[in-house]
Amino acid sequence: MKGNEMNPIQLNEEQLAEFGREIDTIQSDIRATLGERDRAYILRMIKTQRIAALAGRAAIFASLPLLPTGIPFLVVFGGGAFTLGIAKILENMEIGHNVIHGQWDWMNDPAIHSSTWEWDTVCPAAQWKHSHNFVHHTWTNVMGKDHDVGYQIMRISDRQEWTPAFLFQPIYNVALAALFQWGIAVHDIDLDAIRSGKMRVSEAVPLVKEIAKKAARQLAKDYLLWPLLAGPFFLWVVGANLIANFMRNVWSYAIIFCGHFPDGARVFTEKEVEGETRGGWCARQILGSCNIKGGPLFHIMSGNLSFQIEHHLFPDLPSNRYVEAAPRVKALCEKYGIPYNSGSFSRQLGTTLRTICRLAWPSASRPDQGSEVTA
Amino acid sequence: MGFPARKLWSQVSEQVADVAGLVATPLSPTHYLELVRPLASTRTHYARVESIRYETMDTRTLTLRTGRGWVKHRAGQYVTVGVPVKGRITTRTYSVSSAPERDDGCITITVKLVPNGKASSALFREVKPGDHLAIGLAKGDFTVPETPVEPQLFVTGGSGITPVMSMLRSFAIRNEMPDVVHVHYAPTERDIIFADELTRIAADHPSYRPIFLTTREGRSGKSHRFDRASLHREVPDWSNRETYACGPATLLEAIEACFTEQNATDQLHVERFRPKLAKVDPNAQGGFVRFGLSKKTVEANAQTSLLEAAERVGVVAPHGCRIGICHSCDVIMKTGCVRDMRTGEMISEAGARVQLCVCAAAGDVEVNV
Repeated sequence: MKGNEMNPIQLNEEQLAEFGREIDTIQSDIRATLGERDRAYILRMIKTQRIAALAGRAAIFASLPLLPTGIPFLVVFGGGAFTLGIAKILENMEIGHNVIHGQWDWMNDPAIHSSTWEWDTVCPAAQWKHSHNFVHHTWTNVMGKDHDVGYQIMRISDRQEWTPAFLFQPIYNVALAALFQWGIAVHDIDLDAIRSGKMRVSEAVPLVKEIAKKAARQLAKDYLLWPLLAGPFFLWVVGANLIANFMRNVWSYAIIFCGHFPDGARVFTEKEVEGETRGGWCARQILGSCNIKGGPLFHIMSGNLSFQIEHHLFPDLPSNRYVEAAPRVKALCEKYGIPYNSGSFSRQLGTTLRTICRLAWPSASRPDQGSEVTA
Repeated sequence: MGFPARKLWSQVSEQVADVAGLVATPLSPTHYLELVRPLASTRTHYARVESIRYETMDTRTLTLRTGRGWVKHRAGQYVTVGVPVKGRITTRTYSVSSAPERDDGCITITVKLVPNGKASSALFREVKPGDHLAIGLAKGDFTVPETPVEPQLFVTGGSGITPVMSMLRSFAIRNEMPDVVHVHYAPTERDIIFADELTRIAADHPSYRPIFLTTREGRSGKSHRFDRASLHREVPDWSNRETYACGPATLLEAIEACFTEQNATDQLHVERFRPKLAKVDPNAQGGFVRFGLSKKTVEANAQTSLLEAAERVGVVAPHGCRIGICHSCDVIMKTGCVRDMRTGEMISEAGARVQLCVCAAAGDVEVNV
């Protein structure tokens, strides 16, 4: 990253290199202490998640005979759907996303390995590894490279050129939140390249086929097989599973949008990252990412993406250790004068939503980001 | 039911099971079954540690209850065992020491504590009854015919006795003991694994003759080492015997030399457990990188990533971020040793996954590209 108006840090090459080395030390220190305790953590997490999924589905079925009772039915039914939703959130976030990143590959356990893991969402793990692990994590917040900058349909920085299609982005936003897993599913398809004619639609066909194959299985599970087991109560089970998937969609949307879009997060141009060094890469990860403050349960439910900054610096470090890395990263940021963006869930989500609404209009700008820059 | 009908039925039931299995997609129902009954897994073979018994000062026998899908071993075969060591699964091979005829659903492995051995010390100190270990199906062709006609010679050293023990137990249980002379080397008499049981088998089956030799000088007398002369002294008709040998590398080399000299290598069967780790030379800098699947080799220095080396000779290797974060380029290293250029960490375990973009050769290496 080269110094420019967008870059609030004033470090020379040498300082930036030293900063990178100090960041690497944090990682190697933590890696050296990985052991039995961490293995026990992920095994316990996977077990808890599977029990929750079973318990949720069992409660949904147990509620059906209570249907005439009214309130007791709703409590058991709602509890079941909620538990299933929690199970899906844990599966996607603290387990799936992190296992697929290779965070647990060090255990050498073929059952918990990025090369074999498939997750409970319509997006095939193999495509996710490309669009997320490689593209997003390498080109974090670089416009035109990182599909996560507005997910190819939204303008989240005034450095992105405005087009009339963005007028409707508050609506896209609501739709994306409700259908988030489908947004993720098509994530690897380069919509921009198709729109601009750089890529033919036919080139996307193999990806779409893979997605369709996985989606068919996912849909068959939640909206056909489990409901069929309930016989005449088919639609009730469909409803419960819809609630669970909806919960997972909205929650993962909210956490993930808090990762790079709140006020203070910066986006970059390809030119700015030309010839970037390791230290520069680390600084960009920090400038483009935002943490969410919360307690241990919140961190687990967010898949520890509440430590988005640490996750971007160390994407393949086990997530349960981010909490340990965070104070050290923050101290380094203070030492080198790099802004460390951490705020409450309501602040991070609130400013994100505000930006999405404001930037639907051509003239609007975003606080902390582009106001001092004039084209 | 006729044969075609049965085939159709099995196809239909397989299809039904596949569709029913969708209730657990992307997992399978067995992932949930494992929560309560790990041994019922059809995905991974697990074994439950039932009991642990001291054999000698530095050997222990683990009794393992096998799970669904276990296929009975043949006497002399080995299993791979996944042992968690500081959270990392370390795979080791151990001969099955129990007889295949054992019918309580258990097998035994007998483990020697290796000085500085990570897996053996975990099996010794951390694994306890009730634990589950991932095990592979029995493998190996170090096996005797069920009822051998020729006279046999077993030569074993230390814990190399374990596969032979399975054979002897099998003969004894079936009461079909062939003519066996068994020469066993151990440091001292107290180090002889299964000594009591072997003596008992010898008493019950006169055609089995054990000869215990100690390799360390002590009260009992002089030290014994295997050589042609001593073999000839102990077993004059050795060259007429089908021979099975298992033990330390030095013993096996001496036996092989002896049989080569006699021109009798075709009657010698040897079991050796090669260490899976390549020799780590901490000073190794670069080396020849072989891309096994592409059948290309290139010399690369310690600052050249395996990915760059591949591209230099036109090998299309998986790649992504090129900075070691995305794991798109993880491939299996077949043999050799590499250094992670970011941390200096050496990776030398055959079969380990290595990141092409940040690893450089530390000596010669072969990767699956």
